Amino acid sequence: MKFGVIVFPGSNCDHDALYAVRHNLGQPAEYIWHDSPTLGDVDAVILPGGFAYGDYLRCGAIAKFSPVMQAVKKFAADGGLVLGVCNGFQILAEAGLLPGALIRNRGLKFICREVSLRVETVNSPFTNSVDKGQILRMPIAHGEGCYVADDRTLDELEAEDRIVFRYVGNPNGSARDIAGILNRERNVMGMMPHPERATEPLMGSTDGLTVFQSMLGAAVRA
Amino acid sequence: MSTMTITPEIIAQHQLTAGEYQKIVDILGREPNYTELGIFSVMWSEHCSYKSSRLHLKTLPTRGKLVVQGPGENAGIIDIGGGYVIAFKIESHNHPSFIEPFQGAATGVGGILRDIFTMGARPIAVLDSLRFGRLDDPVNGARNRRILSGVVAGIAHYGNCFGVPTAGGECIFEPGYEGNPLVNVFALGICRKDDVFYAKAAGVGNPVIYVGARTGRDGIHGASMASAEFTEESKQKRPNVQVGDPFMEKLLLEACLEAMQTGAIVGIQDMGAAGLTCSTCEMGSRGSVGIEIELDRVPQRETGMTPYEIMLSESQERMLLVADKGREDEVFRVFRKWGLEASEVGVVTDDGKLRVRHHGEVVAEIPNRELADEAPLYDRPYTEPHRKVALVPDLPVADVQNALPLLLAAPDICSKRWIWEQYDFQVRTNTVAGPEAADASILRIKETGTSIAISLDGNGRYCYLSPREGAKLAVAECCRNLSTVGARPVAATNCLNFGNPERPEIMAQLVEAIEGMGEACRFFDTPITGGNVSLYNETLGEGIYPTPVIGIVGMMKTDWPVTIPFKHAGRTVMLIGGVGTCDDVRFGSTQYAKEIVKQLWGLPPELSLEYEQRVQMAIRRMIADGLIDSAHDLSDGGLGVRWRSVPSGRRKSGRRSISIPTCVRSNCVSTKARPAS
Repeated sequence: MKFGVIVFPGSNCDHDALYAVRHNLGQPAEYIWHDSPTLGDVDAVILPGGFAYGDYLRCGAIAKFSPVMQAVKKFAADGGLVLGVCNGFQILAEAGLLPGALIRNRGLKFICREVSLRVETVNSPFTNSVDKGQILRMPIAHGEGCYVADDRTLDELEAEDRIVFRYVGNPNGSARDIAGILNRERNVMGMMPHPERATEPLMGSTDGLTVFQSMLGAAVRA
Repeated sequence: MSTMTITPEIIAQHQLTAGEYQKIVDILGREPNYTELGIFSVMWSEHCSYKSSRLHLKTLPTRGKLVVQGPGENAGIIDIGGGYVIAFKIESHNHPSFIEPFQGAATGVGGILRDIFTMGARPIAVLDSLRFGRLDDPVNGARNRRILSGVVAGIAHYGNCFGVPTAGGECIFEPGYEGNPLVNVFALGICRKDDVFYAKAAGVGNPVIYVGARTGRDGIHGASMASAEFTEESKQKRPNVQVGDPFMEKLLLEACLEAMQTGAIVGIQDMGAAGLTCSTCEMGSRGSVGIEIELDRVPQRETGMTPYEIMLSESQERMLLVADKGREDEVFRVFRKWGLEASEVGVVTDDGKLRVRHHGEVVAEIPNRELADEAPLYDRPYTEPHRKVALVPDLPVADVQNALPLLLAAPDICSKRWIWEQYDFQVRTNTVAGPEAADASILRIKETGTSIAISLDGNGRYCYLSPREGAKLAVAECCRNLSTVGARPVAATNCLNFGNPERPEIMAQLVEAIEGMGEACRFFDTPITGGNVSLYNETLGEGIYPTPVIGIVGMMKTDWPVTIPFKHAGRTVMLIGGVGTCDDVRFGSTQYAKEIVKQLWGLPPELSLEYEQRVQMAIRRMIADGLIDSAHDLSDGGLGVRWRSVPSGRRKSGRRSISIPTCVRSNCVSTKARPAS
């Protein structure tokens, strides 16, 4: 299974995502430059963390206009797997591929720490290798990770079983402790915690690897 | 050329002495014009020329088997084997951080990162050493807190966005840093040994190319500002502080590393202090060539800038490079890809001169070597180090039992999680031990399968009591921190923060600290490959504690780190190196004296380098043999604090009967991995 890692100017977890897939998942991966009109022959796409275009205006507000985002939208519409991590989640939300928005952490400060996530659904190509209710440990590192949406949207996310991860001990004020969500078709996931930073023992946790293994499993079954 | 007449007042405004001005006239064989005077004033400022410290810095050990590049370049370089090298250096950004904490600290990070990647190395770690006034000070507490939060936010803003882990550091609070906070930033990068770049111009006729942000009026005379004491008027110097753009820097990093791969770049240097002036004349001087530039071609973000302003601007995120003639397009193509502006601004010449044109007219013409390398050198007089405390005061009766909780809560000793959690210390997934996880920060090098451990240390209280012993203690503690995680110390970088060197008792602090540091670094075989000197850290005549900060890197295999927390009940806890000796005199430098007695007196802890070395070798050996799963050195607060500050999931196991430690020595607390036989 071939992964494509999108590189926006200012992406800084692109190397980490590529490393996690290649070395710790053992699958091929390549970078996709932000002005590329196509995604090539990849089977899944990762929008990595970072500060795309500096994020000076609003996280992801400029990145959504990148030429590559048209290709990502088409890829998603065709059922391709899209994973947005941290800044990648912010970009997916800005681009309208996921509902809601990410705003500044309630404490107004950047937070880098390991958090506990509870798996809320296993009915997704990103969590099919773990158990519902299982606790996963992986780090967060963001200043704008507070997930917000109107009540109707939040109710809908819950009703449609589209909340993938919830924080155990909400670090940033996210509505209903939401750490990761799916689109309606369940092939696009955005999450603020960094699974790629928890893919080998030396990183302190391997729980993040389950996300990539699930994607791999989903592709094999498909 | 500019027609402004150079008066003694103008010379004084540029912080040049009459003697220095005469030297300029001798070099040029004529009076300088206003632009030339400005150029000389920044290059000959204390910040750029090290004119007060150079004589003494020469005594430091700089050579070693692993040293690829010592002082004199943008960063020192060490061979780590496997075809790779690391580049690292520490720099201060003290003065700007007092005037505008957020941008001052942010651009401090930006500046040192450029120093690393201008050598072809990708930055993989930042650590910082910070000093502030006391946060609970009844008069200035609010201002001290504002400076602290600004500095921390600035470091976080720049490092997090750029994508380099801020993997550790230290932060200490003393009244002496109230008007002069210290912001020292260390950065380390990795590079293939064959891909190192130097800041040297070569090849007559080769184009000189300017890359990155446009030049504005920000930061003019920043280097000179950093070479003077603060007065009431200093607050008006806010425009002298530069503004940082970490996104631009990230693009510059990627573009520069990619452009270097084309093979079309001859030499490259960042524009830091003294901006375009420094990068042109230093590259020319190192290559023994001349450089001619046309200022009209320098991208500018403001209109009507004078040659003086363009040459002295310290706008951030700019690089100057020399490319192979005929291959410029390969370089331009890479910068265009990253959306960066790159312009050919000049050419390498054979006359050894820096020639600056504006609208075609020559506005400055100065020999590079004299400008860059022949700045005045002073053997400033020195007496006994400044010190106004007793050897032994009348001591109150100690109440040690109640003191321990107070000590544990002291700002120097308690966890600094509230600071470092604001830094992304994991990006690049190399951080094996981040802030406070172990005694040193550990970064694995994916390329070589080995790891690098880094420790920063400085102790102003020790150095105030004895600059020589204090500096040695800082080196010893740094090495001890590395040994405690199993790393072998290999090389060092230093940042010397002192007051006004024109005062003989301050100069004496500088001289003694350098001598002590040199002695200890020679002893531990950790050559100093570069660094920075920050003088004039004084406000209204009141100086800081002399604060030499040392950063030492160590090498180790990549493995599970030996961290601080106790991991298993039933393990043996050993104290290695003894409890140390301490009398009333030496007690005056302890955290107990600071926090409980609220005084400073006496002398710093006694240090035997030879004993220290033996203890460290023993620890390293035990770690190499897999005997230890936790270790912690005894430093601030001694055994009492260190024992209690070791987190443990099983506090109940084992009674702790301890007495307040006497003083800091070469000790370690360790747990054996196997039951003691």
